Amino acid sequence: MTALGAPAERLEGPEKVTGAARYAAEHPLAGRLFARPVPATVARGRVTGVDVSAALALPGVVAVLMPDDAPRLAEPGDPTLTVLQNPDVPHRGWFVALVVADSPEAARAGADAVHVEYAEESHDVTLRAGHPRAYVPEELNGTYPGERRQGDAEGAFAAAAVRVDVGYRVPPLHNHPMEPHASTAHWDGERLTVHTSSQGTTAVRTTLARMFGLAEERITVVAEHVGGGFGSKGTPRPDVVLATMASWHTGRPVTVVLPRRMMPTSVGHRAPTLHRLRLGADRDGRLTSLTHDVTTHTSRIKEFVEYAAVPARVMYAAPNQHTVHRVVRLDVPTPSWMRAPGEAPGMYALESAMDELADALGMDPVEVRIRNEPDAEPDSGKPFSSRHLVECLREGARRFGWEGRAPVPRARADGPWLLGTGVAAATYPVQVYPSAAAAQALPDGSFLVEVNAADIGTGARTVLAQIAADALDVPLERVRIRVGSSDLPAAPLAGGSSGTASWGWAVHEACGRLAARLAAHRGPLPEQGLRERADTEGTADAESAFARHAFGAHFAKVAVDSVTGEVRVRRLLGVYAAGRVLNPRTARSQFVGAMTMGLGMALTEGSTMDAAFGDFPEADLAGYHVPAHADVPDIEAHWIDEHDPHLNPVGGKGIGEIGIVGTAAAVGNAVHHATGVRLRELPLTPDRVLTGLLETGRPGPDRPGPG
Amino acid sequence: MESFAYVRADSLAEAAEAFAAHPGARYLGGGTNLVDLMKLGVERPTALVDVTRLPLDRVTELPDGSLRIGALVRNSDLAAHPRVRDGWPALSQAVLAGASGQLRNAATTGGNLLQRTRCPYFQDVSKPCNKRRPGSGCGAREGVHRDHAVLGASEQCIAAHPSDMAVALAALDAEVELYGTAGVRRVAAADFHRLPGAHPERDTVIEPGELVTAVLLPAASAGAPSAYRKARDRASYAFALASVAAVLEVADGVVAHVGIAFGALAHRPWRARLAEEALLGAAPTRAAFERAADLELAAARPLRDNAYKVPLARNLAVDVLSRLVPDQEDS
Amino acid sequence: MGTEHGPRSSPHRSDTTLRVNGKPHTLSVDHRRVLLDLLREDLDLTGAKKGCDHGQCGACTVLVDGRRVNSCLLLAVTLDGCDVTTVEGLSGDGEGPHPLQRAFLERDAFQCGYCTPGQICSAVGVLAEAEAGHPSHVTDPSAPSGRPVPLDRDEIRERLSGNLCRCGAYPRIVDAVEDVNGTGHNPRT
Repeated sequence: MTALGAPAERLEGPEKVTGAARYAAEHPLAGRLFARPVPATVARGRVTGVDVSAALALPGVVAVLMPDDAPRLAEPGDPTLTVLQNPDVPHRGWFVALVVADSPEAARAGADAVHVEYAEESHDVTLRAGHPRAYVPEELNGTYPGERRQGDAEGAFAAAAVRVDVGYRVPPLHNHPMEPHASTAHWDGERLTVHTSSQGTTAVRTTLARMFGLAEERITVVAEHVGGGFGSKGTPRPDVVLATMASWHTGRPVTVVLPRRMMPTSVGHRAPTLHRLRLGADRDGRLTSLTHDVTTHTSRIKEFVEYAAVPARVMYAAPNQHTVHRVVRLDVPTPSWMRAPGEAPGMYALESAMDELADALGMDPVEVRIRNEPDAEPDSGKPFSSRHLVECLREGARRFGWEGRAPVPRARADGPWLLGTGVAAATYPVQVYPSAAAAQALPDGSFLVEVNAADIGTGARTVLAQIAADALDVPLERVRIRVGSSDLPAAPLAGGSSGTASWGWAVHEACGRLAARLAAHRGPLPEQGLRERADTEGTADAESAFARHAFGAHFAKVAVDSVTGEVRVRRLLGVYAAGRVLNPRTARSQFVGAMTMGLGMALTEGSTMDAAFGDFPEADLAGYHVPAHADVPDIEAHWIDEHDPHLNPVGGKGIGEIGIVGTAAAVGNAVHHATGVRLRELPLTPDRVLTGLLETGRPGPDRPGPG
Repeated sequence: MESFAYVRADSLAEAAEAFAAHPGARYLGGGTNLVDLMKLGVERPTALVDVTRLPLDRVTELPDGSLRIGALVRNSDLAAHPRVRDGWPALSQAVLAGASGQLRNAATTGGNLLQRTRCPYFQDVSKPCNKRRPGSGCGAREGVHRDHAVLGASEQCIAAHPSDMAVALAALDAEVELYGTAGVRRVAAADFHRLPGAHPERDTVIEPGELVTAVLLPAASAGAPSAYRKARDRASYAFALASVAAVLEVADGVVAHVGIAFGALAHRPWRARLAEEALLGAAPTRAAFERAADLELAAARPLRDNAYKVPLARNLAVDVLSRLVPDQEDS
Repeated sequence: MGTEHGPRSSPHRSDTTLRVNGKPHTLSVDHRRVLLDLLREDLDLTGAKKGCDHGQCGACTVLVDGRRVNSCLLLAVTLDGCDVTTVEGLSGDGEGPHPLQRAFLERDAFQCGYCTPGQICSAVGVLAEAEAGHPSHVTDPSAPSGRPVPLDRDEIRERLSGNLCRCGAYPRIVDAVEDVNGTGHNPRT
């Protein structure tokens, strides 16, 4: 059929460009109130008193909820949601009160006027390698084991002809979707309706039902339009609990929008990671030993471990491997998912080390990777369902014009600009989860497809309608699709690049059943039409005999200003093997968007954990630099046709995250090629680059240009 | 943000009177920094005296060839003004290197001068800051201070002034005109901002109730080659890590006039008088520029994480000065 | 002294009249209320977005008297008599969307859509500013003053840098602006 693979325009596009699309805070219900949290100002301790008299005296302030009088909730399963339930302060920025008022201005004034007393305890927020409280966790985020060994990595490294032993550092990173976390809750008797900015409202409903002791049938959670998430809206965050609690308490609709400056400490962050990579190879560039040792932090209340050494279990044919994660519980905000958790920082380190290995070997970095292509997944021994990394590298090299690249660094300049190119590989696992969906044929000849997918900007609505149109064998225009409400058939979240595969599988099945039923149907349709449902529980989550991953290759060209140390990416190109690409228009936007975030990770993004205060001083969008227009060149995303029969009925591997994997390494490797300086800590800001250039003793271009 | 009274002034006298009538009042211009700081709780005015409708929104060429820029001229209009672009290009370039198109459309000339540091500890009322709350301490000295001052800092404060525009004004020998109850006075732009010393709460020499009414660009520097350059973490829309404004005139193979100011290195735009003295009368060579910059920056006292600013500022100064040397003089 | 605003009973509110998308509105405005909140909460015009509330993201960009500004930093009470255009009013009385809105659709110049109204309003301002001869940081300083500035991709990027997009739609946004500016190439897809 024709719908899939066509560059269909976003179905909700007209609403978004005219301002008609409504997001979670944009529901002006009668009598609505606005609530603002009060963040803790100590890094560890206990609330001993809250004086709300000044706040309550302000015009417009309706109520102040505090740890000792807020409605009691059941355990949520996620400790970050246990807000205002006890006086403990596990980290700075933890919410210790909530001011509810009749306007955003009054809520802000009220929050400023709340006076909180603490019993402060000494804290430790500083991550360092060899921290005495570091331990190897059983299980990482994503349920991967914390440590894996194959053969004798240590012995093979000691015996290797060529060795690379290097450390890298990735700072805390922040998702910062453009729409802050926001929720509007409204109780109507025993019925609760919540508009929330979420990557999956089925799970939000389950959590609220548990916490508020309410049957799921009495709760509707809606996320029609979501202003980005990148992992930070993957599970419910405190805003939705606070809004629901405040609405319950006041009996009126309540909106909670988390102020931008509170987001870094309250919605999760990518934990900082300290990497040690040891690569041993023979003189032909074949890896004999690979060790990836990661140290990271988590909070006191929740163990979340960024699985940065996991991609090393997938990538290269090293017979001796050791991958291990060490985590330290510190008095820091709880880290969480950020686009390609694990893969993004892990592949930065691994792919930078591979570049260093190529250097040590005097070999082309594309070739080194090709030489280490495994026959089966190194960690599991499973065959790959499909793996076209080598093709991505070759196709990328061809498109990029890699051939003829200067074999030594610091060979090209353009006036004061030092020029270089770099490459890095990318990988991301195929994930798919059970989902339900329904499809309905209506008498007017149209079809209604329902699934509680979340369109966080991916184009989920559009691609699911395309899947439905093909399964029904009808033109796209005849398909209407409803997503983004927990009243629709239950579905997993938009995360792990799993959405399209998971929801699409169920939509495909429901539509297939409906088509079969229609084929057998005689006469006109009944007034309510015909409806079919599907649920992929038991099929989508069946264990696969194959190792299933998407692969890709990133190529970057950079210019480094020898005067200032400023780095500009002049060209960024990605080639992906990610199964079937279902909508090239929206797919390209996702690839390019993730590469842009990778560019930010390489050059501009990063925060600091303040040792004295326990938060991130780069708390807002002036201090935390997400890339701006001027940072981003014309980015090219390509893909190779990949037909993998071991995935799902629609044949896609997931594309939302792989674009950020390895991108920072490609840029960093290009900076090394331009300057001869190997910088091993992100981001590559002018302070680091200029200092590195000066340390070489060759700060400027070797042949100074005019002027 | 607490509530406040609002007064719209129609004349300078009205503005001053309203200010005096409301203890704790602030003048409001474009508001791009003041409203931001009010939302943060850093500024808590009891009243705002809106001066945006005063007739101070013109750029006027005076008979002596100098230029008078009304304090309410918006940053974008200042940068686009043909007389400014042609006569004092460093000023136009500096303004365009700052903020965003939207902010420049709202921000005023006077307000730009009076904007406050972006030190994250100053902006966070839950943390100590001697500038915001004298005597409370400084979170930056041992904390995050990569963006902070390397010149002229004090025990109490290491904040850097964030303006780009003010750096150009300092290099160009501009003057700031102030209106107050005691009358009108002029202050050299390079002396308008203070070093922190024991009183970091005072950014400038302005007295309570005084209003910036104009900035004056001297005829002497009109048409002289000048330029501004800034290094930053993003390619656009970021504050300077370091910047340089310079004006350079060469006659008979030697430097006849030079003005140099550094941005983001100190609590105020740092006029590089030592470097200027060293260059005056010297041949405009790269080596001379390097020596001059080193001489000026010898006073730098970097902290743990901002030592890079010294070579960065040096490189910027040498680069900008080298570009200002007329082609035939270039060595 | 100047005009003291607000009735005696409430020194913290003032009657303020603005024209929004061509329609006059007179409201009793809390002095603390910024234009963004007036649009979103008083007029239910939620197209302008609150991304940071501090002038650091551009999602709130609207046009005031034809100039693009961050509506989150403008106190509404100061805008008495001003003319405000939001994304909802860009097409005016015309039929169908503004050319930039159409170009954003055609180029897939957005994903989540949250920065989009600000990007579009900002782009309207960019085109007008360039036409009026306003230079940018990347304009050649020796370019003649007071004449329209041609907008190449670097100019568009620099001028739109006050509008952050976390989805990374930047290259497509530049495509869309080029299309409307008449300097673009034809869509590839």
